Amino acid sequence: MADQPSRVETFVELIRRAAVDLPADIEGALEAGRRAEAASSLAERALGTILDNVAMAREISSPICQDTGTPVVWIHHPAGVSTRQLEADLVEAVRQATARSYLRPNAVDTLTGKNTGHGTGRGIPFVHFEEWDHDRVEVRMILKGGGSENCGTQYKLPDGKLKAGRDLEGVRRAVLDAVFQAQGKGCAPGVLGVCIGGDRVSAYNETKRQLLRPLEDVNPNSELAALEQRVLDEANTLGIGPMGFGGQTTLLGVKIGVLDRLPACYFVTVSYMCWADRRAGVSIDSGGQATWLS
Amino acid sequence: MAELKLPADEKTIRALKVGDFVELSGRMITGRDSAHKWLVEAHREEVAPYLEGSVIYHCGPVVAKTEDGGWRFVAAGPTTSIREEPYQADVIRGYRLRGVIGKGGMGKKTLDGLASGGAVYLHAIGGAAQLLAAAVTRVERVFMLEEFGVPEALWVIQVERFPVVVSMDSHGGSLHDEVEAASKSRLDELLAKK
Repeated sequence: MADQPSRVETFVELIRRAAVDLPADIEGALEAGRRAEAASSLAERALGTILDNVAMAREISSPICQDTGTPVVWIHHPAGVSTRQLEADLVEAVRQATARSYLRPNAVDTLTGKNTGHGTGRGIPFVHFEEWDHDRVEVRMILKGGGSENCGTQYKLPDGKLKAGRDLEGVRRAVLDAVFQAQGKGCAPGVLGVCIGGDRVSAYNETKRQLLRPLEDVNPNSELAALEQRVLDEANTLGIGPMGFGGQTTLLGVKIGVLDRLPACYFVTVSYMCWADRRAGVSIDSGGQATWLS
Repeated sequence: MAELKLPADEKTIRALKVGDFVELSGRMITGRDSAHKWLVEAHREEVAPYLEGSVIYHCGPVVAKTEDGGWRFVAAGPTTSIREEPYQADVIRGYRLRGVIGKGGMGKKTLDGLASGGAVYLHAIGGAAQLLAAAVTRVERVFMLEEFGVPEALWVIQVERFPVVVSMDSHGGSLHDEVEAASKSRLDELLAKK
C-alpha cells in the first residue's frame, strides 16, 4: 500500500472537492430555478451565469467562489484515535490547499489586520469532534463564505415587532424576516440552516450542522418537515430572487433543527448559506482507504 | 449587451440605466475594506491615476504567482459592497471614479454620490469567481500587497468583456430599493396570515 495517500493528502483532496464543485442536489436546484424564471430576465441570466461558472470551476479544478470561506468540519472518529493529530492534519491540509490556490488565504489576525497568509488562524478551521462506535473516521466539511455569514442572525422570542411568540408560528415569522433582511446580500438563492432553541453558541453550531443535510432530506419530525416546506415556498414568493435582482428563486432549501432550551430562553437562529453551498465528505477506514461521500 | 470601454466619460455613464447589461473592457482596480479606509484617510497620489475615469471593483481575489514572476487571477468574484458605504461616496468624489463594481448594492449615501459624481453601481454575479477571473486578461501591478494581504490589496487589472448589471444609476435609480420595497409588501402579507 505504498501509494496510499497520507491522511493530510486525503484532507487536501477533500478541500479541493469542496472548493471546486457543488453537490448534485444544489446544482440541480439551481438548474430548476433557472427554468422557473422568465426567459431573459435578470434572474434567469444570473442563474445562467452561476451555472456556467460552476461548470468552469469543475472543469479547471479551481475555486467556484474566491471567498473559499471558513472550513467548518465535523469529524466522527472511533475510540482511541487522536483528535489532536486529526486536527493537526486538517490544519496542515488547509495550509497546503491554500498554497495550491484551492483556498484563498482567508485568515486575518483580528487585532493587527494582517492576513496570516496560509489560511489558518485562531479558530480557523473550525473543527467539531464526536466519538462513535464505528471503526472508520468520517469527515464532513462545509466552506462557509463571509458574505453569507454576515447574513446569519439570531432572534429572541417573543419578538413584539414581528408578533412572533414561542411556537412554530413564531419561528416561521422570524425566519421569513431573516430572509427579507438578507435580501440578495448572502448571494441568493441560498439555503437556510435554522435552529430552534439552544443557547447563543450551541444554536449557531446546530444551524451549520443542518447545512450538511442534502436538499432532498426530509426532516424526521413531521411538524418541522412541514415548516421547512412552508417557509421555503413562502420565501420564494418574496420576489427577492437570485442576487436580489428580483425573481422567484430566493431560497433553494430550509433545514430546521431543534435543541432544548432554558426556561428563560427561546432563540431562533439562522445561518444563511450562499448558492455556492460547498460541502464534501470522506470516510477513511482503519486501513487508511478513503471513500468519498456525496 | 453593450460594451463599455474604461476609462469612460461622464456622458457615457449618465446614459446607463438600472437593469442594463454591460460588458466592461479596459483597466480597473480592485479594492475592498482596508483599501477604502486607506483611500479616504489621505489622498493617495500613487493610486489616483488608476481610479480616475475608471471603476473600483469590490473583490478579494485568489491570485497565483506565474512562472515569469507576474500574477494571475485564479478566482475573482465580487464581495459584499455595503461595508464600504461609509467611504464610497468620498472615494467616488475624491478620485473621480465613474463606477463601482460589487454585489448586494449600496445605500443612500452612495446613491447620492453616484448622482453627484456621475457614476454607476455595477452588480457582478456573486460567487461567479471563475467566469469573472476568465475576463481578467492581465494583472498590471498591485498596491499595498504586503500591508493588506492578497484579498485586500489594490490590484490593477485589464479586463475584457467583464459582465455586470447596472443596479444603481446616476439618476437616483436603484434596483435594490425597488426589490426591497416590493419584498417588504409581500412579507407584510405573509405575516398578516397565520
